[in-house]
Amino acid sequence: MTMVVERQAGPLLEVSDLSVVFRRRGQREVRAVDGISFTVDSGEVVGLVGESGCGKSVTALAVTGLLPPRGVEVGGQARFGGTDLLALDPRTRRDLRGRELAMVFQDPISSLNPVVPIGVQVTEVLTRHREMSLRAAKVEAAGLLDRVGIPDPQRRLREYPHQLSGGMRQRALIAMAVACQPRLLIADEPTTALDVTIQAQILELLKELVRELNTALIMITHDLGVVAGMCDRINVLYAGKVVESAERRALFAAPHHPYTVGLLKSIPRLDAARGEPLHAIPGSVRDVLPWQEGCAFTPRCPRRVEQCLDGPPELTPAADGRAYRCVNPDLTTGPVRPAATAAS
Amino acid sequence: MATEPAQKLPPPPGPIGRWRGERLDQLAELAATPPDERGESLTRETLRRLRHSPMAMTGAAVVLVFVVVALVGPYVIPYSPTALVGLDQIRPGQIPGPSADHWLGLDHQGRDEFSRLLFGARQTLLVGIVATLIGFTAGAAIGGLAGAANALGGRLGRWVDSVLMRFIDLLLAMPPLLLAFSIAAVLGRSLLAVMIAVGVAATPIFARLLRGSMIAQAHRDYVLAATALGVRRNRVVLGHVLPNSLAPVIVQATLTLATAIIEAAGLSFLGLGNPDARIPEWGVMLAQAQAQLSFRPILAVYPAAAIIITALGFTLLGESMREALDPKLRR
Repeated sequence: MTMVVERQAGPLLEVSDLSVVFRRRGQREVRAVDGISFTVDSGEVVGLVGESGCGKSVTALAVTGLLPPRGVEVGGQARFGGTDLLALDPRTRRDLRGRELAMVFQDPISSLNPVVPIGVQVTEVLTRHREMSLRAAKVEAAGLLDRVGIPDPQRRLREYPHQLSGGMRQRALIAMAVACQPRLLIADEPTTALDVTIQAQILELLKELVRELNTALIMITHDLGVVAGMCDRINVLYAGKVVESAERRALFAAPHHPYTVGLLKSIPRLDAARGEPLHAIPGSVRDVLPWQEGCAFTPRCPRRVEQCLDGPPELTPAADGRAYRCVNPDLTTGPVRPAATAAS
Repeated sequence: MATEPAQKLPPPPGPIGRWRGERLDQLAELAATPPDERGESLTRETLRRLRHSPMAMTGAAVVLVFVVVALVGPYVIPYSPTALVGLDQIRPGQIPGPSADHWLGLDHQGRDEFSRLLFGARQTLLVGIVATLIGFTAGAAIGGLAGAANALGGRLGRWVDSVLMRFIDLLLAMPPLLLAFSIAAVLGRSLLAVMIAVGVAATPIFARLLRGSMIAQAHRDYVLAATALGVRRNRVVLGHVLPNSLAPVIVQATLTLATAIIEAAGLSFLGLGNPDARIPEWGVMLAQAQAQLSFRPILAVYPAAAIIITALGFTLLGESMREALDPKLRR
């Protein structure tokens, strides 16, 4: 059974008021995602940025329907080409996954099955979604590996994941993700497990593929250098809410939310004075205030004022389609210099 | 094609030159080797590790000797194992020991002990293998079904898993040897009964192991990654989860062979084995040696040693396989 998601005007993906609550018996409920809204246009690269535990990955898993069925409550909407993904029955959603929307995960070694040759894992996607014969799928798989820059693809197809290098594994996973030319690709920290030189190559590959296939990309990362290099639009997440949303240049030129300012300042700079201590946002993500009581960032915020505790701040729209969630925004600051890696 | 430049270049003079030429040839040869002969699969890596372990090699040697004896023994033995060749030499309270004619002496009925020992290996191997196969098949079927049901989830899946596992708990609650005895007693005296009894006694281990292993694998990242690409659940379970869960079960099969041999001998010893007591079997021989224990204790030592050494061989092999397959030690 196939379901065609119609191409139509408007954003490709429109997430509105998405919330994810984890409930476990005998434990406090956890609101991992607390009313997140954002849109992704066709061919657009959107970044979801934030510290660990801010709800980036859970957002992606909720949109793709990969959260465990028990103990999780998902609210809100995620309209993909007009269809609400969250309301779809599991079977239809499964048909959509891999064909219309695909995911690339953080750790390439654990995301590949260790006892199954690479070739089988790639052809599996092709036979599943493109109704290819095994023979045709093998040819196509070799072409895909070649496209993502794996040399000698015929040989690699017969090899097992442990025989490939880390970068090659991630390339193979990307090949699997783009095998059916999905309209939306979600990359969940795709470079975190790789070393720096490989990181740059993988990001370059993702950029190329997005341009070539006109695929939209949601880039989930904690690395502002990564978003600066590739995202059109950036959503900064904190404690399950979007705290700032802006077009890339605008965000780096003048961040409004104190959290974004802190993140940008935290990037080590090459031209900083020797021995100067690295900037850090005080406290940790665990020091959050429940949003009902006020801004969750208040305990760690350098610009906190009494109004911060007046209840949850609203997302305030500003010029150029940007928005921030702060009662005392940093509207005056000049650009905070991003790190040298930003230009890549 | 890759070899040509190496051949066309005249090697530089001297031993180093010759060595470098050879090295180039080697490398060219390597490049020309088809990839599938170069790549190392997990199986091959495991085998390579086993070859370097003295424990594994000892175990394998013992198992090999045992298997060869079981296969060809009956054709090379000097006397028929049931023929009363030395009946005239038996006196009350006196059985002749080893001699040139009878290497291990005679038993209480004047049969050649050496021939009987060799012949008995076949019976033991047969019972061990068939019983393990029964246990493996039944256990893997139950455990695989329960694991798959659990991994596929849903109310029905969890229910199926629970029911199957409570049944396994029932089997597990009884000591395996006792369970085997009861089954053999119910089924009556026959070789098949022994095999089934020992097999059923081994079933719960296989079932538990495979189910546990499958559930652990079902939560691994590659399962999530496959699911994220829309791979169907049946395919995820059969093509991804199951193959990753088999290693411990295969190791257990080797270890079960050892237990099965001991248990089969135990059943025969207690008279639950082959009804034809003239056919030599190590457990039966051990039982028959009891009467002569006071004046020919060595007659009990032979079959006992045979059982112990064989079981030890399988255990050594199984343990080193477990080590070789251990993902924690794998690079």
